[in-house]
Amino acid sequence: MRLQLNGAPIAAQAATLAELLDAYGFANAKVATAVNGKFVPVTDRADYALSNGDQVEILAPMQGG
Amino acid sequence: MRDFYGTALPGGLMLGTAQYPSPAILADAFRRSGASVATVSLRRESGQDRAGQDFWRLISDLGVRVLPNTAGCHTVKEAVTTAHMAREIFDTPWIKLEVIGDADTLQPDVFGLVEAARILTADGFQVFPYTTEDLVVADRLLDAGCEVLMPWGAPIGSGLGLNNIFGLRALRAHFPDVPLVIDAGLGLPSQAAHAMELGFDAVLLNTAVAAAGDPAAMAEAFALAIRAGQLAAHADPMEPRDMAAPSTPLLGKAFLG
Repeated sequence: MRLQLNGAPIAAQAATLAELLDAYGFANAKVATAVNGKFVPVTDRADYALSNGDQVEILAPMQGG
Repeated sequence: MRDFYGTALPGGLMLGTAQYPSPAILADAFRRSGASVATVSLRRESGQDRAGQDFWRLISDLGVRVLPNTAGCHTVKEAVTTAHMAREIFDTPWIKLEVIGDADTLQPDVFGLVEAARILTADGFQVFPYTTEDLVVADRLLDAGCEVLMPWGAPIGSGLGLNNIFGLRALRAHFPDVPLVIDAGLGLPSQAAHAMELGFDAVLLNTAVAAAGDPAAMAEAFALAIRAGQLAAHADPMEPRDMAAPSTPLLGKAFLG
């Protein structure tokens, strides 16, 4: 399956968003997720099935004004 | 003292966390500023360096309240989605709502701002809207459920100070019970003091401290200026007048010529 992860193309085996986060080492990280422009809460990640072409965003705390 | 969704902020300073020369200087600036709120943001986390995780540890150690922003959002949808992601990460209903309408001035899109504020308030957020000094927009934001207003002093990062004193004074007079924060555009502590003298409840700034040659010293300078402005505002300043009025009593003056 081909996905866009934070704007970069990737080939992924993960079936769900939670599996994708685990594969990329984000399982316990302080991050929030969105798929195709929609927020996916942490409680929904395990049940969120990914599809070919999905655009996944993984955001973390960052400096801001 | 007006509070912010039930939280008192006696220091009157909300300080941004961007553009500091180093994390250590950021921490030092916060210590000397006395700021009780740190503004933060969300960005893509890289797979390698995990900068966001390190940054979060730094902010957590400051012991201040966090106010996440929706900086860089140009649409209602972007801002609302970012707010939801921020609420989950930072575990706070507070959101500094920015919906930018112009890339050059970073002026808020006040129509999108009101719409996003309504959506987020209905969803339980406590919205701090980055707005202009426009009275009608302020009214609409309050109607949308905002209990705090954050008018700009000048364009973000410009350091121009308070560009529309009349408008800001009118805003303060129109909404005497609403907590008001000058958000953006300040460059000098004297401008912060002026904002507080006008009766504003706090100032939010970032670049003026972070881009100073000595950010920690500038942070303390802002803290002192804000304190001076608060004291002055509560001391009931005299009314200015066009003509001179002698301060030294004339009674008893000698006839000497």
